[in-house]
Amino acid sequence: MSQSETEVIRDIRADYGYGWHVDDVSTIYKAPKGLSHELVDVIADHKSEPDWMRAFRHQSLDYFLARPMPSWGADLSGIDFDNIHYYLKPTEKQVDKWEDLPAEILDTWDRLGIPEAEKKYLAGVGAQYESEVVYHKLQEDLEKKGVIFLDMDSGLREHEELVREYFATIIPQNDNKFAALNSAVWSGGSFIYVPPGVSIDMPLQAYFRINAENMGQFERTLIIVDEDAYVHYVEGCTAPIYSSDSLHSAVVEIVVKPRGRCRYTTIQNWSNNVYNLVTKRAVAHEDATMEWVDGNLGSKVTMKYPAIWLMGERAHGEVLSIAFAGQGQHQDAGGKVVHVAKNTTSVITSKSISKNGGRGGYRGLLEVAKGATGSKSKVVCDALILDEESRSDTYPYIDVKENDVDLGHEATVSKIGEEQLFYLMSRGLSEAEASAMIVAGFVEPITKELPLEYAVEMNRLIQLQMEGSVG
Amino acid sequence: MALLEITNLHVALEDGTEIVKGVDLELNTNEKHAVMGPNGSGKSTFAYALMGHPAYEITEGDITLDGESILELGADERAQRGLFLAFQYPHAIPGVTVTSFLRSAINAKRKAAAGGEDDPVPVKVFRTDLLAAMERLRVPRELAQRYLNDGFSGGEKKRVEILQMAMLTPRIAILDETDSGLDIDALRIVAEGVNTLVGPEMGALVITHYQRILNYVTPDFVHVFVDGRIVASGEGDLAHRLEAEGYEAFMPMIARGESP
Repeated sequence: MSQSETEVIRDIRADYGYGWHVDDVSTIYKAPKGLSHELVDVIADHKSEPDWMRAFRHQSLDYFLARPMPSWGADLSGIDFDNIHYYLKPTEKQVDKWEDLPAEILDTWDRLGIPEAEKKYLAGVGAQYESEVVYHKLQEDLEKKGVIFLDMDSGLREHEELVREYFATIIPQNDNKFAALNSAVWSGGSFIYVPPGVSIDMPLQAYFRINAENMGQFERTLIIVDEDAYVHYVEGCTAPIYSSDSLHSAVVEIVVKPRGRCRYTTIQNWSNNVYNLVTKRAVAHEDATMEWVDGNLGSKVTMKYPAIWLMGERAHGEVLSIAFAGQGQHQDAGGKVVHVAKNTTSVITSKSISKNGGRGGYRGLLEVAKGATGSKSKVVCDALILDEESRSDTYPYIDVKENDVDLGHEATVSKIGEEQLFYLMSRGLSEAEASAMIVAGFVEPITKELPLEYAVEMNRLIQLQMEGSVG
Repeated sequence: MALLEITNLHVALEDGTEIVKGVDLELNTNEKHAVMGPNGSGKSTFAYALMGHPAYEITEGDITLDGESILELGADERAQRGLFLAFQYPHAIPGVTVTSFLRSAINAKRKAAAGGEDDPVPVKVFRTDLLAAMERLRVPRELAQRYLNDGFSGGEKKRVEILQMAMLTPRIAILDETDSGLDIDALRIVAEGVNTLVGPEMGALVITHYQRILNYVTPDFVHVFVDGRIVASGEGDLAHRLEAEGYEAFMPMIARGESP
């Protein structure tokens, strides 16, 4: 990278604290750039996968190649599929002691504060570096209760039947172009099974780190919450700043069985050279609750609409979405809820913030299927636009096939007023602090839902996004 | 040298309209000044300009604090140096609790005092101070956890302005029509707050167009403010003369360009 490019990139996000990278001295295997059936075999070979998975991958690649690029949403024309490494194996094997990792990788996790967080408030941690989960650990007492928390590859090896029963049943391999891509080259991600009646009090966390340039990360997550069980899963993600783009394209499938509850929290903070194109979908059975808390602060482009299918009576779904778009960013975020069964309820709350020419927004679907009588839903989307150059769009699709339903939709667009700023500044807050406070207040309905540590982190990230943005 | 010195202050709107037309005023700690004037006389503009509102341009004159001009300073820096403005219409900040707002504001002042280094107030100290101040100013406990001014009644807003004044320990507090929209109980509480806080550490400039707050806050000095100017200054009894005679009594002097 030339000096001037470096400076330009530094200017774009001087406040991004995760943009460093380390030299991969310990890399075991790095696939050449590009996508092919040979590559699919290489991945399947590395993982010694069963034939059905290998066949699934090949078929998925065909679907990917056959599908056109999406013609809606964000501009994806900058993605060069030939200029991406689709598989990179960073270490020989996964460890369950941090100190067993290669020094430069351990250093990365330390700088991200993951080992520290694990000690303080997590029930289990998976740490994915490039294509593989290099560290994984679950508290012993949870293991004894029958909780399974593994990386997806180990899940497939150790619980093949369970994986096969659910894998790609919530998000079919040909669901969309990027789900097809993930299905072809997936690696890593989490496999979670929570047995009936088991409630995991502290969150399980997965952290996704891209380190190499022109990297593609395609983790695959499957969570099964059995009857009357509860889990809160949290994921975080960061990457170095490079002048060329990386691609992150995950698939997350979740099944919540009767009376179970799953909360899935994302704090996405990719660097501004990452395309983040993720498919997330959950099904909630009778009296089950599914909650997506989706915080999008980073990336160049994000297209992500966590979905919930309310399949059983009285199932409840919630999507809480924050999208913060700064300079050069397009956050096309939102959520989808489909009411299939009677008396199901849902709430979608979206808060989008755009500044310095960023483009934020909400794209959502609320569907009530024939027969889903007595359903209730409320959609609230609020946009906060910080300056004249920035933009926010709202696309609230609603499709209702029943009469006996109760739906509410509210949308607001606001700007930070000079008077509001002056009021706070007259108390001694700088303009940046005052703006950050207004923004933090704006997203508070969502951050208050987060465990304290994550709420603090979210507010800190917003503060960082705000710094240097004004004046 | 007075703590706050305002010299020949002229303030104009962005379109050039002059609102404040040459004001001189000196204010020290341990002093209560009242600025009284009819609606539309430019009192609020005067208050905003003192605090550094960007929409008001100071076209002539100077404002000094500790002998240093503060004209080039933003509202935040003026606040950090000890100015405070209680707003006539305080703004709502949804999602930010009174407590969290106050802590951030105190920490911003402390940071400035520490030369830009973070120096957060210890949580226990903050809690103790806040509870004591709320007790003293009879601010209901539940307000502390509500979002700042969001859905507050007029009286609640004003009480919280006074609470902010108490917590931020300014050296000069400007109160812009803090008495408007208050019932008599709230008025008394606000006035008591001002009376308690004015002392060796703080002086106050109470801007009003009613006499009634001055029944509770006995000013040391009264300034009559008409058409962008102070047309008369005197000791506390001037307020009573104003009440008896009305602003009209002072109008002809303005028309003739005389001082009383």
